[in-house]
Amino acid sequence: MTILVQFAIGLIFGLGLIISGMSNPAKVLNFLDVGGIPAGTWDASLAFVMAGAVAVTFIGFSRVLKLPRPFFAERFYVPTRKDIDPRIVVGPAIFGIGWGLAGFCPGPALTALGFGSRSALIFVAAMCAGMMLARFIANLPSSARVAAPTDPLET
Amino acid sequence: MIATSFTPVASLLGGALIGLSAVLLMWATGRIAGVSGIVARLFPPYEDREFAGRLAFVAGLVAAPLLVLVVTGRLPAQAIAATTPVLIIAGLLVGFGSVWGSGCTSGHGVCGLSRLSVRSLVATITFMATGIATVFVIRHWS
Repeated sequence: MTILVQFAIGLIFGLGLIISGMSNPAKVLNFLDVGGIPAGTWDASLAFVMAGAVAVTFIGFSRVLKLPRPFFAERFYVPTRKDIDPRIVVGPAIFGIGWGLAGFCPGPALTALGFGSRSALIFVAAMCAGMMLARFIANLPSSARVAAPTDPLET
Repeated sequence: MIATSFTPVASLLGGALIGLSAVLLMWATGRIAGVSGIVARLFPPYEDREFAGRLAFVAGLVAAPLLVLVVTGRLPAQAIAATTPVLIIAGLLVGFGSVWGSGCTSGHGVCGLSRLSVRSLVATITFMATGIATVFVIRHWS
């Protein structure tokens, strides 16, 4: 049952990506291209995606998190860290460069797989390799001494 | 570059669906709808027994275009200009960076900002800045 529910929730997420235009890398790159504002090629649509998503999530989370527990789980797993360590800047900085190169972030890349896109397949394979590499390095004993010894997969 | 049109209504509506999905996942499983975290945890080492649920969520993401195709009879526009080497480098950077920084556009940008998390705000500002800078260099410095 929970498996079917999670499939449906993923499906809603994917539909949102498609309807919003976020699953189209050309649209993402045109949003990131603020240098295109004078020429009129800037596509501000993605700001509306963020606004719609954050508005619904903000209201929804505030209600759901008041419940005693989730429907199918024992408790809520909400990140609690508040410290600003180097990794919370370095990681997203690297992520953003990759995002700007191809116009894909993880969600839209997976949805693009369903379009039968060969480009998405190549991207997703490389993305998974990058993820495994990051987890491997984060779990090395030496890096655990330097970085905070916490789960790298906070979210 | 490939020109795209401004779609505020569809984007707001699609964004709301993404938010609805994040809220439903929190309600059902008590977890953050962070796609990078969900995908990364499909690979070992495993820390919990949520593998099947995560795989189902990812399957839903992948199946969404098929549902659109069945309902509307066609697939929406999708234009990928990047060459194979660029896709590989971009994929490696996105995968590594999202795990290193504990999240991506969904985990930090949507869920984190909605929780008013300072870490997610820092992350979101950072990846927007380097994303914008990367596109600027590619499109306007050559």
